[in-house]
Amino acid sequence: MSIDWIELIIVVVKALIVAFGLLIGFAYLTWFERRLVGRFQMRIGPNRVGPAGLLQPVADALKMFFKEDFVPGQADKPLFIMAPGIAMSAVLISFAVVPVGPSIRLFGREITLYLADVNVGMLVVIAVLSLGVYGIILGGWASNNKYSLLGGLRGAAQVISYELPYGLSLVGVFMLAGSLSLKDIVEAQARVPFIVLQPLAAIVFFFAAVAEANRSPFDLVEAENELVAGYHTEYSSIKFALYFMAEYISMIVASALMVTLFLGGWQGPFLPGIVWFFIKLVFMLFVFVWIRATWPRIRYDRLMAWSWKLLVPLSVANILVTAGALVLRDMGVF
Amino acid sequence: MSSTQTFSVAVGQAETMILNMGPQHPSTHGVLRLILELDGERIVGARPDIGYLHSGIEKTGENRTYRQVLPYTDRMDYASANTNNLGYVLAVEKLLGIEVPLRAQYIRVIMAELSRVASHLLAIGTAVMDLSGLIGVILMYCFWEREKVLNLFEGVAGSRMTPSYFRIGGLVADLPEGWVEEARAFVRQFPRQLDDIEAIVTRNPIFLERTVGICRLSAEDAIAYGITGPTLRASGVRYDVRKAMPYSGYDRFDFEVPVGQNGDVYDRYLVRMAELRQSTRIIEQALNDLPDGPINADERKIVLPPKEELDTSMEALIHHFKLVTEGFHPPVGQVFMSVESSKGELGYYLVSDGGPRPYRFRVRTPSFAAVQVLPLIIKGHMLADVVAAIGSLDLVMGEVDR
Repeated sequence: MSIDWIELIIVVVKALIVAFGLLIGFAYLTWFERRLVGRFQMRIGPNRVGPAGLLQPVADALKMFFKEDFVPGQADKPLFIMAPGIAMSAVLISFAVVPVGPSIRLFGREITLYLADVNVGMLVVIAVLSLGVYGIILGGWASNNKYSLLGGLRGAAQVISYELPYGLSLVGVFMLAGSLSLKDIVEAQARVPFIVLQPLAAIVFFFAAVAEANRSPFDLVEAENELVAGYHTEYSSIKFALYFMAEYISMIVASALMVTLFLGGWQGPFLPGIVWFFIKLVFMLFVFVWIRATWPRIRYDRLMAWSWKLLVPLSVANILVTAGALVLRDMGVF
Repeated sequence: MSSTQTFSVAVGQAETMILNMGPQHPSTHGVLRLILELDGERIVGARPDIGYLHSGIEKTGENRTYRQVLPYTDRMDYASANTNNLGYVLAVEKLLGIEVPLRAQYIRVIMAELSRVASHLLAIGTAVMDLSGLIGVILMYCFWEREKVLNLFEGVAGSRMTPSYFRIGGLVADLPEGWVEEARAFVRQFPRQLDDIEAIVTRNPIFLERTVGICRLSAEDAIAYGITGPTLRASGVRYDVRKAMPYSGYDRFDFEVPVGQNGDVYDRYLVRMAELRQSTRIIEQALNDLPDGPINADERKIVLPPKEELDTSMEALIHHFKLVTEGFHPPVGQVFMSVESSKGELGYYLVSDGGPRPYRFRVRTPSFAAVQVLPLIIKGHMLADVVAAIGSLDLVMGEVDR
């Protein structure tokens, strides 16, 4: 079978669009966050560079490039260099299976608005995102700094506490949608978004996603008030920027997953699907920033206790209730 | 004694880690250095290391005339400069045996309480920020209010952080026109702003989780370690110098001394919040009852003569010259005078040999005692609680290393 060159080009172009889209999304997310947090704190936020500070991310990126790329003397150099890359690539890959809209027709071809429709899409996301924590653990270990080490250890403690409720909370969604493919899950929400049918799962998933993205109040791994900067204390220049990007893109991914799994994805009246997707995405990002501006940080042992003693039982209960309801529906009770 | 001897085991022989926290650290409030022994993230032992902000204020004081010492006292507890000034001028006045006019006393009380407001706002704002992921919203809320207080200071003294507005025998100048109305306007709106701050913090479940039962200090330990101020009162001891040994007319005002029960981080926060409201009450009363009259004691050998007299009165010129170049000579003796600063009991000990300079100038500062108690209260808690404890003790390193 010969290779369908046009199909290949389309995939490459789409991959580039997703990658650059995420990078630009990251840049403007930092601007969005700083402006918003400024408002929350009764100040203005960045407004000097360009209109309304819109060129601030460009200035920040330039500054990052010109910083000295420092490697501490006793650091484990290969790991130290590799770790930010792991963190960054994990979040980039995970976005591949997220559908941002229904298929569109362009030049007589059906173009899907996702990179890949894997039939176990959500499993891929969970698996790839879990890899991202290696960036934190290895970065913390390789830095040869006690604060970094503590940050890395917290990352390890955190990942074993949120991964389980993260996965369990989704089982109810899978049962309702009857598929692990994110595209099928969105299509299953044509009538009613899953946040209505699975409110408990949505809450549990959201908390786990905040922990996954290392965002406040679960930003224990970098807790600047205790750990200086946590796992990236020793990182500077573009390596630091990679960690920074990983955190913000992981926030975008978490928001996109929240939209896809619980808020009906691209579905919505009047407007085209892709617009709906972005409206919902920006709303979720706003919630992330809002939480960050108003909530203190939880202690890492409390996060573990909370995940294992509260979120896991809740998710299991949610699965049982959902399964029971589905069985009753199949029996024709309602 | 080597630095390792205070720890439970010798370094390198057990599964613990020594972590050097500070003097450059985001949450050690200046330049406090803590040498922590950690088991995982649990604190096994701790040793504070002070001296990074040593400025020799006490020794310098012995080489300055009594008038010249005053601006140095601002620099000790720079967060609450007026109360520091107040303690010093009261100590010298006690040594001299002079009484300042009632109007000056009232204005001093207003300034001291405004300082307490500014200092507590700083303490609460930074303490909450230490628990928070981002530079907390609360910090900015508190700083907006503090800004208003600092503007009031600027109005009377021209300086915001270090006003040095008090003088031995009175004040440097009377209140400027319209200042009382500005202060009233601040006092009127302040309780509403406090409600806003409390609405975000006081019942916040994560804040409660981070503070309730954390780093408790029993009343016995607090007294044994010489802890005073909001930290002592949070442990349930109702001791306030303003009530116990009233000075500068504090006995004329109606206010309460809030106390806590558990002595944990949360109670210290609550006590400070309640004190902010009590301070507002005192300021309100003082503004309403502010008497007219002179602002300086009628002591030409101690207080500088009014500027306009210098052109007309030979005697005034001589007094001015003598006071500025040589200073005054208090009687031989020693005094100890303590006031309730925002951090606790601030005591000034002055020894006079009859000369124009203090023979000994010694300050008993509340933060110094608070640093001592830090290893006791953080032991057994987590690393994240250390910053909560530091924030709740409201340490100001300028006061520790004076």
